[in-house]
Amino acid sequence: MDLASFLQILDSTIRLATPLLFACLAGLYSERAGVFDIGLEGKMLVAAFAAAAASYGSGNVWVGVLAGIGAALMFAAIHGLASITFRGNQLISGVAVNFLASGLTVVLGASWFQLGGQTPALVDGMRFAEITLPFAAPANESGDLGLLGGIYSQVLSGHSILVYVALACVPLTWWVLYRTRFGLRLRAVGENPAAVDTAGVSVTGLRYAAVGITGVLCGLAGAYMSMGLSAGFLREMTAGRGYIALAALIFAKWRPWYALMACLLFGLLDAIAIRFQNIDIGVLVIPVQFTQALPYILTVIILAGFVGKAIPPRAGGEAYVKER
Amino acid sequence: MTLMKRLLGASAVLALSAVAALADPAIIYDVGGKNDKSFNEAAFNGAQRWAAETGGTFKELEMQNEAQREQALRQLAEAGANPIVMTGFAFGDVLNAVAPDYPDTKFAIIDNPVDQPNVQSVVFTEEQGSYLAGIMAGMATKSGVVGFVGGMDIPLIRRFGCGYAQGVVAVKADATIIANMTGTDGSAWNNPVRGAEIAKSQISQKADVIYAAAGNTGVGVLQAAADGGVLSIGVDKNQNYLHPGQVLTSMVKRVDNAVYEAFKSGADLKPGVFVMDLAAGGVDVAMDDNNAALVSPEMKAAVEDAAAKIKSGELKVHDYTSDNTCPAGQF
Repeated sequence: MDLASFLQILDSTIRLATPLLFACLAGLYSERAGVFDIGLEGKMLVAAFAAAAASYGSGNVWVGVLAGIGAALMFAAIHGLASITFRGNQLISGVAVNFLASGLTVVLGASWFQLGGQTPALVDGMRFAEITLPFAAPANESGDLGLLGGIYSQVLSGHSILVYVALACVPLTWWVLYRTRFGLRLRAVGENPAAVDTAGVSVTGLRYAAVGITGVLCGLAGAYMSMGLSAGFLREMTAGRGYIALAALIFAKWRPWYALMACLLFGLLDAIAIRFQNIDIGVLVIPVQFTQALPYILTVIILAGFVGKAIPPRAGGEAYVKER
Repeated sequence: MTLMKRLLGASAVLALSAVAALADPAIIYDVGGKNDKSFNEAAFNGAQRWAAETGGTFKELEMQNEAQREQALRQLAEAGANPIVMTGFAFGDVLNAVAPDYPDTKFAIIDNPVDQPNVQSVVFTEEQGSYLAGIMAGMATKSGVVGFVGGMDIPLIRRFGCGYAQGVVAVKADATIIANMTGTDGSAWNNPVRGAEIAKSQISQKADVIYAAAGNTGVGVLQAAADGGVLSIGVDKNQNYLHPGQVLTSMVKRVDNAVYEAFKSGADLKPGVFVMDLAAGGVDVAMDDNNAALVSPEMKAAVEDAAAKIKSGELKVHDYTSDNTCPAGQF
């Protein structure tokens, strides 16, 4: 494999990892606060739809982003209401969110645009343009820049703004979680909500805040799906990315920097599966299905405890009951 | 109570007779969806043309997943729809099982020959149309590298790719053809994000003409090609309008005609296998205002020349599905 195709795979990795990274960080906030969220997929989907629809209606990509965040926040509120206020089962609430999103997007899309659940194709101005970083060489001339120049010009440069936002969210999340009072309380509420409550801090408020952040990040993930990666919304376009993000979250053991690594790894696997269909390594041919299944296989291995132990937040999945 | 029963019974009889009397034709779209701007949409257009001309109505169903096929087919047959047209090879096995149960209902299937006394199968010679598209790609490419993006990895799609490769090699013997398939299940028809990634990867491998035979996935391929400043080739329906001046041509497969004819013959649908080839107008390359600037006179002449030779039988384009090999490269 030559340098050009290596760089191209990395470039593709960054693009494919971005929605995963947003969704993974979204899940991180929620689960660190003790609210399991398997509704990431649904929130991404509804955000992708709302973003594409609003962007098409207004002709402005930022209106689309706001609509995407708004829609994901609404779905996050449903999840919060069911699992925090009414102390329902968090997994079931998450599943409900997924089903609701999957059905609602198609029904609304079909009635608004008469395209069978799709939105019309978005033209320039309605979707994110690629940003060329300063001093980066144009894409077609980056062959002879050497490794570092190639990485800068081809891999890091030339993505839409949300890609850089996603990357910036990683240190930000780390800082919020480990260096602020809010972060300390957020982590505490996921481990021992009773202690937080005793200290006079509202468990409910903290959990809602976390679920809200989850909504915003899922909104960005969805907006990137429909306005960055592709040009318009399609039925079920998230295609299981929400679940892969959950897998990445477990793989990362609920830590921000590891989440970045896990998402990049899963993005890389996706990029490899796209670039090389069946990989011939001499002795045997690795079928493309294996590469596609690898994220899940790796997660199972991690969960089984072969590579260190993944311990979820202790109070995760349980509604907090103040007194009986 | 008895009055109530009688009323209910009467309305039930009315409802039943209403269904039986209607005998509307029906169409079932495959998982790519009715609005895929390609294969299924072409079928929808044919049905629409029939409805506009005759003032009739038709039933339609869109597959959401593989498990619905048999259920949908039986449901429509029970409801008295006749004929029932289905788009896509994937209905083959199901139809083989269902058709004998409804001997009075006529079925039509596109892309897959099904041998039943009440089934009409319409197949197209995609290799011929793709060959012509390949000629245009071979003449349009500057880098000598062209791309092919298939949908689901099935022999039918390899037939597209193989015909295309033969056309490219016929005009540019040293051309490189990069072929990728989107996936191995039905979702591969409906994954523009992956299509766009594949196209980007092919562009970075210097491909400057990319042919997408992938249903809705092709929308992503065409988009990525237009974004990347290279040419693309659409499929099934004329897709030149999607990105005017950036789509070299479209390999048109007249699925709409097949659906239209099936609807028109109604219950008198003739069973058997019908091959729609270049001579019969079943496949062609689209030339219109949107790609006029891209097609040089020489290119046009070469296409017309090849088309004439194929029609006369002088030139035979190899059909991948006949022996699962391709003379013009690895597929």
